[in-house]
Amino acid sequence: MAAVAIAAAVEGRPGQSAATAVPKAEAKKLSFYYGAFRALSELDLVVHEHRVTALIGPSGCGKSTFLRCFNRMHDLYPGNRYEGEIRLYPDDTNLLAPGVDPIEVRMRLSMVFQKPNPFPKSIYENVAYGLRVRGERSGRSLEDKVEAALRGAALWDEVKDRLRELAFNLSGGQQQRLCIARALATDPEILLFDEPTSALDPIATASIEELIADLKQKVTILIVTHNMQQAARVSDYTAYMYLGKLIEFGRTDELFIKPKHKQTEDYITGRFG
Amino acid sequence: MAYAHDLASIRRLIASHKRWDLVFVCCGAVALMVGVLTFTALFVDMAIDGVPRLTWDFFTNYPSRRAAQAGILSAWVGSCLVMLVTAVVAVPLGVGAGLYLEEYAPKNWFTDVIEINITNLAGVPSIVYGLLALGLFVYQFGFGQSILSAGLTLALLILPVVIVATREAIRSIPVGIREAAYALGATQWQVCKDHIVPYSSAGILTGIIIGMARAIGETAPIITIGALTFIAFLPPSPIRSEPPFISFDWLMSPFTVMPIQMFNWTSRPEAAFLQNAAAAGFVLVLMTLAMNGLAIWLRYRLRKNIKW
Repeated sequence: MAAVAIAAAVEGRPGQSAATAVPKAEAKKLSFYYGAFRALSELDLVVHEHRVTALIGPSGCGKSTFLRCFNRMHDLYPGNRYEGEIRLYPDDTNLLAPGVDPIEVRMRLSMVFQKPNPFPKSIYENVAYGLRVRGERSGRSLEDKVEAALRGAALWDEVKDRLRELAFNLSGGQQQRLCIARALATDPEILLFDEPTSALDPIATASIEELIADLKQKVTILIVTHNMQQAARVSDYTAYMYLGKLIEFGRTDELFIKPKHKQTEDYITGRFG
Repeated sequence: MAYAHDLASIRRLIASHKRWDLVFVCCGAVALMVGVLTFTALFVDMAIDGVPRLTWDFFTNYPSRRAAQAGILSAWVGSCLVMLVTAVVAVPLGVGAGLYLEEYAPKNWFTDVIEINITNLAGVPSIVYGLLALGLFVYQFGFGQSILSAGLTLALLILPVVIVATREAIRSIPVGIREAAYALGATQWQVCKDHIVPYSSAGILTGIIIGMARAIGETAPIITIGALTFIAFLPPSPIRSEPPFISFDWLMSPFTVMPIQMFNWTSRPEAAFLQNAAAAGFVLVLMTLAMNGLAIWLRYRLRKNIKW
């Protein structure tokens, strides 16, 4: 049943010109260690520009760990270690190189978290914070960029009259779209989503998914999800991970309809996971 | 007890179980009353003795050999100035140390030892701080028996309280908020200044005020560094009429504080002085209650906007 629903979701999407996709980032033999524990082993994966790439797999398979390598979030905690490379194109920078400042990486790649995590500040200040960190001071240009980000996150019409109100007064779905606006405001090269809808109800989830489909016109998206239908609905490419390894990676329609590996097939047809 | 198999015996069983609730409610109420009634009795007794003495003159007169003319002017001014020094020293040091330990310091055995020692420092008897201050501030640094020495001593005394309160307030900020700020490319200092400190300010302020409320009532360390018990003058004014308009001479002035004034009056044989002591005690308790009230109000005001 699940497989039929997924196949329908894959086929129901508008066609895409995968042929013209250019690589935006590439993980090369990426391994990651929490202390002595090896959480990721030798992953290779290409993230295509202006496409949505989904990471799926059972809980604990390392998909969030992988995502958090891209903006060096692991650097915040002691005892974490990367091996291998993540190359960001077109400048071919290795994001994991010791000489690359994680702060620079985080200014280029934005992240949206699992649970909506707005700052206890006003709606406006939430979106403006990333811009302020980047040195945006001028009132007019700041206001324009905040508005553009809120429009980009399909939230502007709902909040334009109450920008000075606290972000906590918004609903869960609105808070998550605010977090997307906050991440969009600085024009990131890649937008990282870490299970962005797992704390939301189905209606809010639908609006976020719609937003992701729109956003890929402007930005490259990498999304972790534990919901396979979601991966099938929103993504162009899908990677299936298991126990820290990349089992299969390919175009979403191919991976869901004709998986090459038995393990992938078992997972997407619901026989395990 | 037999296994209950019909409705009547189930009800009997529940009734007998519930008797234990009643027993605990009684014990708990008695335990609570011991504390509350003792404080109320002390406070009311002091109020009955002291309130008739609370006239305007009592606050504007210097101590005197005649009980009816004696007042607490030098004592409350002294207390306020000492508290000012204490706050100016303890707040930046305590908040800075707490912020550093929580956000910047590496987590290793050395910082663990420091952590444990800070917690232990909060339990060191205040007279020990007095002895340390006598040797260090009064003699070694040559500050003498001054407001500066007293303020520094009390600052040391409440420093652990401020550090612990700061750390606890910082720890209550969810990881997600911190990560959100870092993910936008903020540096550690930007995260601290724009997020950590503002969001923990309610807890930090509460800790500061609780510490100050403790310091204002401290007697032993102040006596140890040699505060005078009879002072019939005020420290030099901090404001001058000619440039530079501000003077710090008051820091080096001899002083007395409220609890010492009380202590001095209690040791007199005349009943009239005991009344003065009760009146001063009443004022002191009101001062600490007011500070605690301020702490509660600030916490309420500042946390209204923060829900997690």
